[in-house]
Amino acid sequence: MSTTLDYFNDTHQMLRDSVRRFVERDILPHIDDWEEAGSFPRELYKKAAEAGISGIGYPEQYGGSGEDVFMKIVASEELMRSTSGGLVASLGSVDIGLPPVVKWGSEELKARVVPQVLSGDKIACLAITEPGGGSDVANLRTRAVKDGDHYIVNGSKTFITSGVRADYYTVAVRTGEPGFGGVSLLLIEKGMPGFTVGRTLKKTGWWASDTAELFFEDCRVPATNLIGPENGGFFCIMTNFQAERLMLCVMANMTSQIALEECLRYVKEREAFGRRLAQFQVTRHKLAEMATQLEASREFTYRVAAKMAAGQNCIKEVSMAKNFATTVSDRVTYDAVQIFGGSGFMRGTVVERLYRDNRILAIGGGTYEIMNEVIAKQMGL
Amino acid sequence: MKVLVPIKRVVDYNVKVRVKADNSGVELANVKMAMNPFCEIAVEEAVRLKEKGVVTEIVAVTIGSKAAQEQLRTAMALGADRSILIETEEDAQPLAIAKALKAIVEKEQPQLVILGKQAIDGDNSQTGQMLAALTGMGQGTFASEVVVDGDKVKVTREVDGGFQTVELKLPAVITTDLRLNEPRYASLPNIMKAKKKPLDTVSAADLGVDFAPRTKTLKVEAPAARSAGIKVASVEELVSKLKNEAKVI
Ligand SMILES: Cc1cc2nc3c(=O)[nH]c(=O)nc-3n(C[C@H](O)[C@H](O)[C@H](O)COP(=O)(O)OP(=O)(O)OC[C@H]3O[C@@H](n4cnc5c(N)ncnc54)[C@H](O)[C@@H]3O)c2cc1C
Ligand SMILES: Cc1cc2nc3c(=O)[nH]c(=O)nc-3n(C[C@H](O)[C@H](O)[C@H](O)COP(=O)(O)OP(=O)(O)OC[C@H]3O[C@@H](n4cnc5c(N)ncnc54)[C@H](O)[C@@H]3O)c2cc1C
Repeated sequence: MSTTLDYFNDTHQMLRDSVRRFVERDILPHIDDWEEAGSFPRELYKKAAEAGISGIGYPEQYGGSGEDVFMKIVASEELMRSTSGGLVASLGSVDIGLPPVVKWGSEELKARVVPQVLSGDKIACLAITEPGGGSDVANLRTRAVKDGDHYIVNGSKTFITSGVRADYYTVAVRTGEPGFGGVSLLLIEKGMPGFTVGRTLKKTGWWASDTAELFFEDCRVPATNLIGPENGGFFCIMTNFQAERLMLCVMANMTSQIALEECLRYVKEREAFGRRLAQFQVTRHKLAEMATQLEASREFTYRVAAKMAAGQNCIKEVSMAKNFATTVSDRVTYDAVQIFGGSGFMRGTVVERLYRDNRILAIGGGTYEIMNEVIAKQMGL
Repeated sequence: MKVLVPIKRVVDYNVKVRVKADNSGVELANVKMAMNPFCEIAVEEAVRLKEKGVVTEIVAVTIGSKAAQEQLRTAMALGADRSILIETEEDAQPLAIAKALKAIVEKEQPQLVILGKQAIDGDNSQTGQMLAALTGMGQGTFASEVVVDGDKVKVTREVDGGFQTVELKLPAVITTDLRLNEPRYASLPNIMKAKKKPLDTVSAADLGVDFAPRTKTLKVEAPAARSAGIKVASVEELVSKLKNEAKVI
């Protein structure tokens, strides 16, 4: 941990120990079963809340424990030690669905929704992506038309994390003109008339996570569920993306970290041609490069996080950090499977899961190409 | 009512310990340390008694180096109200620890002392018993249930083949078994609060306790690696092997 001293103090360390215990006791003994079953007990949201993990990063008045970017990073890093990106993504759907409500929701909405989610009784998620496209957010098609004190919503969303089990959906809708100036955020709740959820989608990775398609057919949503100004949703969505992208950096770096640790253990045990794998120079050099790449990526992520914590605009940097971290994790997970040989291709081997779970990180929260578009734009191109 | 909870800093139970090259002990350099799991259970029990309104103050105490402050902070994050570090660089053995605790008991006058039945480093299981003997308090060891009732406490003990319930007059010493409770996690708000709770340091020398070790470790060795098993084709073969090769029947 010596490399991270500048960013983490002893309170962060105590939190790290505490979250690690939670993972060791309440997740790791079951994670293989949950992955194979494609789901984990809903009760875990409650347990994470009771352990004080869910409230990190949220205001105290709604049951949170205050905002501190590095506390959030600590919690995320330790949750990744569950070795299940899907589980982390599921718990994490709250952290992309809820912040818009906290930041831009009305007082009534906040008071009603936020404490219930932070206590683990309710699940929140974010629904931007549509079957017609996820990258081009400004041109989304789900339409919400004002009808008295309600909005009538028609359209569909897809690939929504926690889409099956969630209670609260922060949904991007079109309330106005074409383009980014006509987009709003609306809190749609499970059980509202005209809202249905499709089946759980089957995926390459993130097996423990329920990903779903959502359908809205003349769905009536009270106008008081509007989050932020009408037609001002695009700004909220883009702001919200910054925190999500930072967390995706953390997930990618931890994916690399765990893959590397698994390899370091394996190469000291496994023998080929009468020697331990650790004694082959090609293997040693491969591991040295994996570690170097990871070190650079992690430091970059922490630096961006520190700037964000200081209130600086980091749209460009966080996009760079995400692309860097996922490029590293692509390479590291590929190499890790290679080092494990045939075992690396077998279910039950940690690196096998990391390899699958990693693939989404360069797609979700803005694809690699979209990140480059953001960076280029910020460079004045 | 005041409870004293002695705790110990040990190697984290998830660490695979390695024996030092010179066989003098286990490697402690750069090894993750944590509160002994049985001590966590002791803290949890005290906190639950406080939540029930039985206990008014929880004092955590440890004997060790400055580094053990970390575990006292953890105890306070879990719910202890204040803590005491009896500072020593010596590797204190159970008798010295029990004597030091006796000095604290005399000063603090707790009605209950709840501590782990053993620490996972030395596995001695002696401190609680010695403390009870030195102070003349009753003892309920290996507790799986604790019920305080007025000036008495009922302790259900895990013994061979079942449970035994003893009734002790307060003040008393209780040592915790694994199934007494499931300790909570230290939440961020409680970690923050713990930073403001008092942590006093007493030098071990000031307590007038002789810390000189009574036993000497001659040698520490790793357990022999288990060799691979074999499959037998029939019960007959099994019986024959047990008789003729293993010679156990
Ligand atoms: C497991 C999983 C969980 C998800 N969870 C959520 C969630 O909770 N909420 C949510 O809203 N969404 C979620 N998503 C959706 C995710 O955000 C989108 O998949 C992603 O934004 C990409 O959108 P798309 O799939 O429609 O791809 P498209 O937008 O169709 O893109 C296809 C390809 O074209 C490229 N491309 C697009 N535009 C450009 C351009 N201008 N220049 C160059 N290349 C371009 C993209 O980079 C990509 O390679 C999830 C996805 C997955 C797989
Ligand atoms: C789906 C699947 C199907 C298979 N089907 C068959 C089959 O039908 N028949 C069959 O016989 N086998 C089969 N295999 C086994 C496959 O051929 C082996 O997995 C492969 O040869 C690697 O051996 P290993 O897994 O023991 O890895 P190891 O030999 O343990 O190698 C581990 C790592 O060390 C590296 N390494 C080893 N030696 C050196 C060296 N001297 N220098 C540098 N690096 C070294 C390897 O390249 C690898 O990265 C299958 C495997 C899989 C996953």
